[in-house]
Amino acid sequence: MSEDRTEAALRQELHRIAPDMEIEDIDREGDLREEFDIDSMDFLNLVSALSKSLGITMPEEDYDQMGSYDAMLAYLKAHTS
Amino acid sequence: MAEFVMPSLGADMEAGTLVEWLKKPGDAVKRGDIIAVVETQKGAIEIEVFEDGVLDAYLVELGAKVPVGTALAVIRGDGDVPAAPKAATPEPVAPAKPDVETVVPEAASAPVTLPPVGAPVAPSGRLRITPAARRLVAEKGIDPATLTGTGPDGAICLADVEGAKSGVPAKPASEQPRTGGFDMGAMRDAIAAAMARSKREIPHYYLSHRSDLTAAEAFVAGRNAGKPPEDRILIAALFVKAVAKALKKYKEFNGHYENGAFRPGESVHIGMAINIRGGGLVAPAIHDAQDLDLDTVMDKTRDLVARVRAGRFRAKELSDPTITVSSLGERGVEALFGVIYPPQVAIVGIGAPVVRPWVVEGQVVPRSTVTLTLAADHRVSDGHRGGLFLSSIDKHLQEPEKL
Repeated sequence: MSEDRTEAALRQELHRIAPDMEIEDIDREGDLREEFDIDSMDFLNLVSALSKSLGITMPEEDYDQMGSYDAMLAYLKAHTS
Repeated sequence: MAEFVMPSLGADMEAGTLVEWLKKPGDAVKRGDIIAVVETQKGAIEIEVFEDGVLDAYLVELGAKVPVGTALAVIRGDGDVPAAPKAATPEPVAPAKPDVETVVPEAASAPVTLPPVGAPVAPSGRLRITPAARRLVAEKGIDPATLTGTGPDGAICLADVEGAKSGVPAKPASEQPRTGGFDMGAMRDAIAAAMARSKREIPHYYLSHRSDLTAAEAFVAGRNAGKPPEDRILIAALFVKAVAKALKKYKEFNGHYENGAFRPGESVHIGMAINIRGGGLVAPAIHDAQDLDLDTVMDKTRDLVARVRAGRFRAKELSDPTITVSSLGERGVEALFGVIYPPQVAIVGIGAPVVRPWVVEGQVVPRSTVTLTLAADHRVSDGHRGGLFLSSIDKHLQEPEKL
C-alpha cells in the first residue's frame, strides 16, 4: 500500500468521526484525542475502521504509539509497508 | 382499537414533528416495531408501537408539529374490525384521551393553580398553555391571557412567558443553527429546562469516593489482548455493570420520583450521558443492564454512541432511563458532580483516571485511580445509604471478573 493511500485512509476515518475538524487546522504533533475532540469510544471506532481498511491488527498495547496524528500516521506506515 | 400517540421523551419535551412514516395503512405491525420518526429537540427519534395489529389510518399529516399525547395513527388490534368511516362515528370529536393542553405531566411537588382567565381560550374552553409556562406565569403574576402563544395550535410555551418578562418575543427554535441532525438551540433549551427543573425541585446531595482501577484496567487489557478492535471492550462497560450490580442492593437510587412519591424501577435502565459534537448531550438508556454481560453492554454502548453521533435514536431509550451514568472518559478532570435528570433520583459521575500515590499493604505505590461521585435526591435517600451505594460500586470494580 502506498504512503498516500495510508494517509488518505487515516484522513477519511478521522473525517467520518470528527466531520467538523480540518486536518490543516490541527497540531499534527498534539494529542490526537484532544486535537480532534474524540473520546475513547471514537478512538476505538477509529482503530477498528483503520484496522479493517488497512488489514493490520493495531493491538491495544500499541495505542501509546498512536498518540498524535503524525505518530498514528508513522505507525500505520510502518505496519502497512 | 388503539391510538398510537406522540410519546413524551422526557420531562422537557412538549411537542414533536412527525417527519417519517415507516408503515403504511394496512401494514401489519408488531409490538416493538418502529413505525414513525419524530423530530424533537433531541434530534430525530424512532417511535415504536406497543401492540400487535394493523395500522388502520394516519391521523396526523407528515410535517405536522403536535403536542405530546396527540394520537398519530390508529392501530387495529387483531380482533378489531376496520374503523367505520369518520362520518358514521356519533361521538364528539374530543375523545377521552389525555389532556392535550397539559402536554407534560408535572410532578406534584410544584403544585400551581392556574389563575382564572377570561379572554382568549382554545375551542376546548381552556387556555392552551404548557405546565412549565403555567408555573412561570403563576410565579411572575403574569396574566396568561395577555400572552401570544407560539407553541403548537397557539399554545403558550415557556419561551413566550420568558419573552413577555423581558419584553422580547420568543425566538423560534428553527432559526438556531443545526449540527448533524440536532437543532442545537433547541437542544440547549431542552437541557436548560430539564436542569433548571432539577435544581429547582430536587434537593441534591453529593458524595465522592476514590477507587483503585488497577484490577479493572488489568482485566480489560487481558481481555482485549489478541482481539480485533471491534471485539475489544472499554472500561466504561465495567462502570455500567458495576453500577447495575450495586443497584441490586441499593434500589432507592434506581427509579423515578413523580407526583410526590418515589417509584422504584422494575429493571435497571442506565442512561449513558453521551456528548454531542458541537455542544449538548443526551443520555439514552442501556436497558436491563443488570442482565447483560460485559460484551453485550459494550455492544449496546457502541451502538448508542454511533446513533447519537448520527442524530438518531429510539423513543424508549430517551424516556425510560432509571439512573444516569456520566463518564468523562480518559481525558479531562478527575471528578464530575452531576445534576440529576428528572424524574430520576441519582446520577453517578466517573472522572478521568489519574495515576496517584496509593498505599497498598503499607507501601506507597503509583496506582491508576478514578473518582466516583454520586448526586442523589434527598427526598428519596440519605447520605448514609448513598455512601454504601458508592462504595459498593467500588467493590464491584475490584472484582471485574465477576461483573
